[in-house]
Amino acid sequence: MELFLQFFVNGVMVGGLYAFAAIGIVLIYKATRVFNFAVGELVLLGGFFCWSCLTWFKFPVWLSLLLALTGAIIIGFLIERLTLRRLIGQPILAAIMATLALSQVFRGLMLFTWGPSTLPYPTKVIPGSPVMAGFVVISNELLWTFFLSIIVFLALGVFFKRYRMGMFMRATAENQQTAQSIGIDVKSVFGVTWGIAAFVAALGGIFMGARVGLGVGPTPLIALKAFPAVLFGGLESIPGALIGGLVVGILENLSGGYISPHFAEITPYIILLLILIFRPEGLFGLKRIERI
Amino acid sequence: MYRPCGTFDETYAQDIAIIRTPVHWVSFVVGIVLLFSLPLLVSGKYLALINLIGISIISVHGLSILTGYTGQISLGQAAFMAAGAYSTGLLSVYLKFPFWLTLPCSGLSAGIVGIIFGLPSLRIKGFYLAMATLAAQLIIPWLIVNIRPDLTGGTNTLVVPSAKIGSFVFNSQGRIFYLIMPIMILVTFLTRNLVRTRIGRAFTAIRDNDLAAEAMGISLFRYKLLAFFICSFYAGIAGSLWSYWMRAINIDYFTLIDSIWYLGMVIVGGMGSVPGAVFGTVFIRTLDLLVKSIGPWLGTVVPSLAGVAAAALGPLAFGLIILVFLIFEPRGLAHRWEVIKSYFRLWPFSY
Repeated sequence: MELFLQFFVNGVMVGGLYAFAAIGIVLIYKATRVFNFAVGELVLLGGFFCWSCLTWFKFPVWLSLLLALTGAIIIGFLIERLTLRRLIGQPILAAIMATLALSQVFRGLMLFTWGPSTLPYPTKVIPGSPVMAGFVVISNELLWTFFLSIIVFLALGVFFKRYRMGMFMRATAENQQTAQSIGIDVKSVFGVTWGIAAFVAALGGIFMGARVGLGVGPTPLIALKAFPAVLFGGLESIPGALIGGLVVGILENLSGGYISPHFAEITPYIILLLILIFRPEGLFGLKRIERI
Repeated sequence: MYRPCGTFDETYAQDIAIIRTPVHWVSFVVGIVLLFSLPLLVSGKYLALINLIGISIISVHGLSILTGYTGQISLGQAAFMAAGAYSTGLLSVYLKFPFWLTLPCSGLSAGIVGIIFGLPSLRIKGFYLAMATLAAQLIIPWLIVNIRPDLTGGTNTLVVPSAKIGSFVFNSQGRIFYLIMPIMILVTFLTRNLVRTRIGRAFTAIRDNDLAAEAMGISLFRYKLLAFFICSFYAGIAGSLWSYWMRAINIDYFTLIDSIWYLGMVIVGGMGSVPGAVFGTVFIRTLDLLVKSIGPWLGTVVPSLAGVAAAALGPLAFGLIILVFLIFEPRGLAHRWEVIKSYFRLWPFSY
C-alpha cells in the first residue's frame, strides 16, 4: 500500500510537469487552432534561459526566473509574428509542419548555444527539502511543480474571467470571425496566446531543469508526454489539460512501478492510442460534428 | 495534365502512356543511362548520398501517397521503415532468407504494422491522426528494442549479411546502387500509375473531403487503410534496402526526427506530386550533406563551435528551409518545376 501511495504521489507530482506543457498546447489550440508540436523545445528553451542567467551571468535566482520567463514570452511573440501569422488560412498540415520545423530550428539553435550534453542547475532554484508524509517521500521540487501548476491554472481561470485580454482570447477561441467583427484585434490575441503558452512552458522547463537537468536530447522527449495529457483532457479544455497531465503522470508511474520501468516509457502513448480509438474528443473536449 | 502544345491522343494506349513525347523518351533514356553510370563517375560519400537518396525516395513516395494524396498526416514513417529493416534483419540473420524474399516480406510486415496503426484514422483526422502516428513512432521502436532484445540486439546494432544474386554480392556502395536504383525506378513508376487509377482517385477524393467521398460510395475503411498499407509497404521496402545498404541496423536510424524529415521532404517537393517526392528528397538530402560538410569548416572558423556545429546545423537548416517553403512556396518544388517548364514552353512570348 505504501508502495502504491508512493507511485501515486510521484505520479501526481510528475503529472504537474506534464500539465505545464499541456496547458500551453491547449491555450494555443483554443485560440489559434494550431497544435504546437514545438512545445518540448519551448520547455527546454525556457529552462536554458534560466540556466544561462544562473551560470553565465551569476544572477540571483529571482532575477534569473524573471529574465527567463520574460525571454520565453518574447520568444512566444516572435514565433507567432514571424511564422504562424503568415500561415493563417493554410491547410492543417502546414500548421503541423510549421511547428515541427520550429522545433527543429530551436533544436539547432540550442545545440549551438548550449551544446549536446545534459546540464544540471548550478544552484538550488527550488527551496525546501523532500518531505516525508508517513512512509511516502514527496520531493520538494515536484511538490512545488504540482502546486504551481494549480496556481497557474487558477491564475489563467481568473485571467480569462476578469481581464479584457482574457475575454478577447475566449471570444477568439469561440469564433475568430465574430471576434474580429466586434473589434477584437485577433492578431494581437494570437501573439499574447503564444506569449502565455511560452511562459507556461518555460515554467515547466525550469522545474524540469531543477529536477533532472536539461539536455537537447532528453528534455523534449519528456515534454512529448504532454500530448497524451492534452488529448486525455480534451483539446479545448484547460482543466482537462491539468487533469490529463496528472492522470498520465499517475498511470506512467504506476505502470513503471508494477509492470516495468521500461514499460513506463511508452505507457503515455498507449494511453494516447486508446483515447484516440475510443474517445477522440477526450474527457472535456468538444465533440466535432462535421457537415459536407 | 500539363503537356506541350500539339500533343494529342489518338489511341487509348497513347492516353495512358507515361512516357509520350520524343523529348520524354530522349530524356528518359539519357536519364537512365546517366543514372546507371553514376557509380563509375562518383564515389565515396557522394555515392553513399545517392544511395541514401534512392532509399529515401522509396519511403517518401509512400508518405506522399498517404499524406500528399490521401491527406492523412503521418509522423511514423521512420518507425514503419524500422519495422521493415528489422524484418529484413531477423529474416536474413536467423532464417537465412535471400534478399528477393526478405524484400517483399519486409514490405508486407511493415504494411501490416501500418494498417494496425492506421486504424485510428477511421475515426480521427488532422492533429489527432498526427498524434496517433506519433504514438506509433514511439511505440514501434520500443517494441523492437524491448520485446526480444536477444534477437534484435536491443539498442545495439544488428549486423545484416549482404544481399547477393548467385555469386554477385552487393557489398559496396557501387554494387548496392544497382539493387537500390531499379527498385526506386520501379516504385516511382508504380506510384505514378497508382495515383491515376481508381484507387488513386479515391485517395484524392478522401483528401479533398472524406465525408463527400464516402457519400459518393468510396469506402473510407478500405481506402484509408489501403493508403496506410501502401505507405508502410514502401517504407518497409525502403527499410529493407536500408539494412542491406548499411549492412547493420540500429534503432537510432529510425527516430521521430527522421519521420519529421521525411514529412519535410514531402512538403519541400510539393504535396501530391510524384516528381515532387523525388525533388524534395534530393533537395533535403543534398542540403543535409552540404550542411554537414560546412560544420567542420565552421568549427575551424569559430573554434568554440567545433564540437556542435555539425550536429546543430542540420536541424537548423532543415527547419528554416521548411518554414521558408511553407511561407513562400507551399506548393513545393514540383510547382516551381511546372512554372519553369511552362515558361520555357512559351518562351520568348510569355503571353
